[in-house]
Amino acid sequence: MATREIAGKTVEVNEEGFMTDPNQWDKEIAVELAKEEGIPELTPAHWKIIEYCRQSAAKTGAAPTLRNITVGAGVSTKDLFALFPKGPAKKVARIAGLGKPEGCV
Amino acid sequence: MTEENRKIAFICSKGTLDMAYPALVMGWAALGNGIDVTIFFTFWGLDLINKARVDHLEIAPVANTSMKMSMMGVNTGNLGIPNIMGILPGMTAFATKLMKDKMAKLDVPPVREYLQMLVDGGAKLYACKMTVDMMGLKKEDFVDGVLDIVTASDFMDMTEGAQIIFI
Repeated sequence: MATREIAGKTVEVNEEGFMTDPNQWDKEIAVELAKEEGIPELTPAHWKIIEYCRQSAAKTGAAPTLRNITVGAGVSTKDLFALFPKGPAKKVARIAGLGKPEGCV
Repeated sequence: MTEENRKIAFICSKGTLDMAYPALVMGWAALGNGIDVTIFFTFWGLDLINKARVDHLEIAPVANTSMKMSMMGVNTGNLGIPNIMGILPGMTAFATKLMKDKMAKLDVPPVREYLQMLVDGGAKLYACKMTVDMMGLKKEDFVDGVLDIVTASDFMDMTEGAQIIFI
């Protein structure tokens, strides 16, 4: 398992750059990962989605799908794609320190 | 991030409930992965964007060799639904309800809602001019999000460099 340093902490990542241990994640790491994904600043609207994904993954063991997020976090599809442009499925999961979402919807 | 964005285009030519989903599922996955999505609806595929039809798509058991009795909860292995049964009144409606129920159980949204999700996610939808003319339809007949009625040649122009999937 590869490791890398993010925000001064050493974390485990897989070959696609997703963190493999959600417990190693913290908010400073999220800020750094967001920058790597082209999001310069995480607003409260971003955090609401990230927090939802963390909670959902803690319960189910997997990152939620986009449809899970829109329904569960109460955010519209348009807003979700605006907050995490060009590929929200992977971006949200990666910033939240989770694996790729499992499921097709 | 560095290279030009990947593009994918679907041509939807079928109007049955089962054939409505492939482009929706793959298109949604593509959007989620940051890929540009264009969908061209032609022939029976226009039913998917026709306001009067989209909520009434059906699946018929007749001549559908993949549809087995076991799907109706009868544990009979590979025994198919006999075509003679399929022709009975109500069988198509029954099969359709069965499929809709199964999809709902998986939290898969109905076609109209799914299309709206794709539009909200940035997918571009177009109707085929030749079929629209043949069927006597107008732009007002289509759900919101259908951008235009275009020719096959327009479609070729707008999908330059895209991967094209015919359904």
